[in-house]
Amino acid sequence: MPPWLTLALHSFWPLLKAGLALTVPLTLFSFVGGLLLGFVVALIRLFAPPPAVAIVRFYIWLIRGTPLLVQLFIIFYGLPNAGIVLDAFTAALIGFVLNVGAYTSEVIRAAILSVPRGQWQASSAIGMTWAQTMRRTIVPQATRVAIPSLSNSFISLVKDTSLAAALTVPEMFQVAQQIAAVTYEPLILYCETALIYLIFSSVLSAWQTRIETRSMRHVPKLEAAQ
Amino acid sequence: MISLSGIVKTYAAQPVLHGVDLALEAGSVTTLIGPSGSGKSTLLRCVNLLEVPQAGALSVAGQTLSFTPQSRPARDAILAVRRATGMIFQDFQLFAHRTVLQNVMESLLTVHRWAPPKARARALELLEKVGMQHKADAWPGELSGGQQQRVAIARAMAPSPQILLCDEPTSALDPELAGDVINVLAQLAAEGTTMLIATHDLRLAAHIAHQVVFLDAGRIVERGSPQEIFAHPSQQRTETFVATLNSPLPDWVI
Ligand SMILES: Nc1ncnc2c1ncn2[C@@H]1O[C@H](COP(=O)(O)OP(=O)(O)O)[C@@H](O)[C@H]1O
Ligand SMILES: [Mg+2]
Repeated sequence: MPPWLTLALHSFWPLLKAGLALTVPLTLFSFVGGLLLGFVVALIRLFAPPPAVAIVRFYIWLIRGTPLLVQLFIIFYGLPNAGIVLDAFTAALIGFVLNVGAYTSEVIRAAILSVPRGQWQASSAIGMTWAQTMRRTIVPQATRVAIPSLSNSFISLVKDTSLAAALTVPEMFQVAQQIAAVTYEPLILYCETALIYLIFSSVLSAWQTRIETRSMRHVPKLEAAQ
Repeated sequence: MISLSGIVKTYAAQPVLHGVDLALEAGSVTTLIGPSGSGKSTLLRCVNLLEVPQAGALSVAGQTLSFTPQSRPARDAILAVRRATGMIFQDFQLFAHRTVLQNVMESLLTVHRWAPPKARARALELLEKVGMQHKADAWPGELSGGQQQRVAIARAMAPSPQILLCDEPTSALDPELAGDVINVLAQLAAEGTTMLIATHDLRLAAHIAHQVVFLDAGRIVERGSPQEIFAHPSQQRTETFVATLNSPLPDWVI
């Protein structure tokens, strides 16, 4: 067996383990937290009084206009100067949640706006409250519209979590850097890491396609109705 | 009985209804005719408070609500009115992500908290009545307009509302498809459903109505039996408008 293959095989499990133990949970928690934040921000932008809208617009402007890596550095390396010390995983999680929240809030807002006004009226006419209308009529229809964009954000996030390596989170890319440092084989290690990211995102893409197909069950008919 | 008195509705300083009085006897069918923009939809929407009037009073379901420009009635009072009324729309507005059966069950489950088997039985009964039981598991988008409107009628009738409000129920339909919808509405009328129907369709306005109300520029110009309004109107404006209904010109000319 050529030495590069031996090295690749030996490092495969540590890399995959770091992926499963940190990359995957970091992605999932960040996405779930970010979606919740994005939903709340979208609702504020659509329905809240102007001062609240101004605050969330500022937040979106700030997050979208600055590099993610810089934001992560501020949270992990910068905040201790202000007396806020976070462990690396928490700092990374907060950074990713803030990012996912800012980007998905725009998608969610547009998706909610895409539901025809008549659907609100039909819900009100049968006596639903605002919250019931949101939960039973608007969110399900908006979700169908938002899923393709949200899935893309999710797949980007899997890859973006590699930035957490810079905060010393021992996720997959960080582990690859450690092994490369002692073996002097960065090409093999980083290619192998790229391959594992590729596997993760391919699995997620396949999953995305399934969810989209399911959510589109009634769509050809929707178009016919319009 | 449902009654409206002195209903005033203003959109951004533009008055649309100028003090409308209307009494709807239980079991009666009233049709609302009038040119486009005369305020028919607005008046219907004031009955179930999709629009809240700025003045006047509304009595429905045993309670009377009075309106002022400054205040809205309490949320629970508004919900109570909506729960006591059913509405169908010109463009149907079935819930696109729910099957036909789920559409009809929705208010029973979510608003009236019925147990699912009971709601299902009630929904199937109504679908049978409107001739749509065979499409119970279809998506709304798979149905013709006339079929969607019949499902919408079943949805509105599911909680046995005290009144069915219909906003141009046949305007978006081909004449033949409209026939099925008219038959369903005629059957409901025969069974004693209280209805208020805005329409340009003489089959509804003249044949199933007990009372016809002619609305023009936000005021009731004349009201009476179909014979009075269509054959012997007392007002010149009514006569002119009724003549346009009889003309072969399409609706959009009006
Ligand atoms: N949401 C609204 N905002 C502002 N003006 C409206 C609104 N809805 C209706 N109007 C106006 O009120 C008038 C009556 O409209 P409508 O009740 O829809 O009449 P109709 O149903 O008889 O055609 C029209 O001049 C219309 O432009
Ligand atoms: Mg109208």
